[in-house]
Amino acid sequence: MVPLLTTAAGQSISSLAMFFQPGKTLAHLTALDVIVIAVYFAMVLWIGFYLKKQANTSEEFFMAGREMTAWIAGLSFVSANLGSLELMGWAGSAYQYGILAAHWYWIGAIPAMLFLGLVMMPFYYVSKTHSVPGYLKLRFGESSRVLAAVSFGFMTILMSGVNMFAMAVVMKVVLGWDITFSIFVSSIAVAIYVTLGGLRSAIFNEVLQFVLIWAGALLVPILGLIQAGGWHNLQAKILLNYHNQDYTHMWRGMDHFANNPMGVHWTGIVFGLGFVISFGYWTTDFLVVQRVLAANSLRSAQMAPIIASVFKMAVPFIVILPGLLGLVLLQNPDGTLMHLVGENALSAANPHSYNEVLPLLMVRYCGPGLLGLGITALIAGFMSGMAGNVSAFSAVWTYDIYQPHINKNATDSHYVAIGRWATILGVMVSIGAAYLVMNAQGIMDYVQALFSFFIAPLLGTILAGMFWKRATSAGGFWGLLAGTFTSVGLYIWVKINHSALSIVAFSPNAKDMAENLYRALWSFVVCVGVTFVVSMLTKPKTLDELSGLVYGATVIPYEGPVPLYKNHWFWASIVIVVFFILNLIFW
Amino acid sequence: MHSSSISIWFFIGVLLTIYGALILGYGVSEWVTGHYANVQLVHYHAPIWWGAILLALGLFYDLKFKPSPK
Repeated sequence: MVPLLTTAAGQSISSLAMFFQPGKTLAHLTALDVIVIAVYFAMVLWIGFYLKKQANTSEEFFMAGREMTAWIAGLSFVSANLGSLELMGWAGSAYQYGILAAHWYWIGAIPAMLFLGLVMMPFYYVSKTHSVPGYLKLRFGESSRVLAAVSFGFMTILMSGVNMFAMAVVMKVVLGWDITFSIFVSSIAVAIYVTLGGLRSAIFNEVLQFVLIWAGALLVPILGLIQAGGWHNLQAKILLNYHNQDYTHMWRGMDHFANNPMGVHWTGIVFGLGFVISFGYWTTDFLVVQRVLAANSLRSAQMAPIIASVFKMAVPFIVILPGLLGLVLLQNPDGTLMHLVGENALSAANPHSYNEVLPLLMVRYCGPGLLGLGITALIAGFMSGMAGNVSAFSAVWTYDIYQPHINKNATDSHYVAIGRWATILGVMVSIGAAYLVMNAQGIMDYVQALFSFFIAPLLGTILAGMFWKRATSAGGFWGLLAGTFTSVGLYIWVKINHSALSIVAFSPNAKDMAENLYRALWSFVVCVGVTFVVSMLTKPKTLDELSGLVYGATVIPYEGPVPLYKNHWFWASIVIVVFFILNLIFW
Repeated sequence: MHSSSISIWFFIGVLLTIYGALILGYGVSEWVTGHYANVQLVHYHAPIWWGAILLALGLFYDLKFKPSPK
């Protein structure tokens, strides 16, 4: 899944308006639940304080000393993306759109993760860059780095605030907690453990949070499937309840925009989501790439995304399946089938919206202790996402903005101190952004769209830089800029004149989701086209200058023979076979 | 990883052990007293087996990754 784009969490975040229903709570915690939550907070703070002594140099603070094993880097990689918004939002999307939502976990993630591990990681790793903007500096020069760093830093911190606010609203609805209390308790905890332990602490907590998310959320689909009578009975009941909708097939309705509830065509899913957006997010977004750069060897760095892809493929079991189970299991107090609705359709007869499907199922099956564990999983999901945001922001601010442009010749300890302050500043700005969003909720949609403007063209620039020796500094910069403006321009065009959608997305039947996919495709094509034209007109770098940065000019270090079970190509092959089998099973 | 450091898997083991013990303990007390929570499928005794799984996993990681004395 690609959470920071309009195509993904855009849906879930914009739907959060439904959470503003004062006085309504879904669950009540017992003392045991509170103990479970308190133990979690104590544990993350313990980890932060314990790791403080291992975050003394900049390499330790920002890159976790590049000592992470493949498993730790891989789980952290997938966990940084698995926020509570994704858990709840995509469960809601599955209720709304059916198993189509799983595209964001499979074709929208797996090929890109494997490509990162097998093909791109050697260049990131060999160049010893500290960040994705740092790679752009090495390959295309300072102007490209500044453009990427400023846009990334700004949007990352804003997204962190949006997610923080959304999580606080979820806590208010589910538990009746005060929004300010939720924002401050969770963000202060994140600030403490990231400021103290740096990336290592963020990564350790992300792995812990990943385990917790599974421990807290896995019970719901297990019990739900038991109650539904298994997968085939679930399919039959969905068909019985919803005659006109195909909720359990992923590709059958993709031949035309009008034949599926998402209003998308298979070309948009395959090329827009499966290539541009997915590859853009998973291979160039520093929030996730930073985790893999912290690996202890090139082999670990290559294995980490492959390990992550295995778990990513399994996430629909705890996210998409509950959404489908909600279609047949959730009942009103009078025993009739409960119908969840969109935020604009809430009423006394339909008081719950799509995004509540996961908490509703938790309350249905989880008694004291287990409910606390489920709530802890949601909190853990939020905190792992926020820690990812602020640790990535801290690194980009220090390495790509502060060090090259504000203070070039400071000591290493000074940069570590700046990183710690950047973490605190990042959390404070996130809190400010959360309150900004609270007072102007429409901003959330724009924030989502803004982030998507940068991802697709950045992919074009990075791919051109890594795989085309002729790409020049001017080509990279102008391609990135042109792709970004294309994305912004198309977004504004459709906002002003909705009929433009039939041109941007090739069909008047296209819906918002399709527009996002095709807009990304357009901006990628423009970025690559401009990069090509400008590069052909300007002077390229020499082969020596491209060593370690570009395919064909880089000697990938050979790390010696390994048994088959440690070979990343072997495991990637297994993952891709399973990926195809899953798509065929749910075709 | 730092040679003297505590493994992340040990932290995870500690957390799962605590959670497993708490949830299993509650499940057993439910069973013994006959006072069940008002949730679906109570007859499957989810707190007992889920708590036991968490506890077993936690103890495994505690033992396998316990910090070695310097």
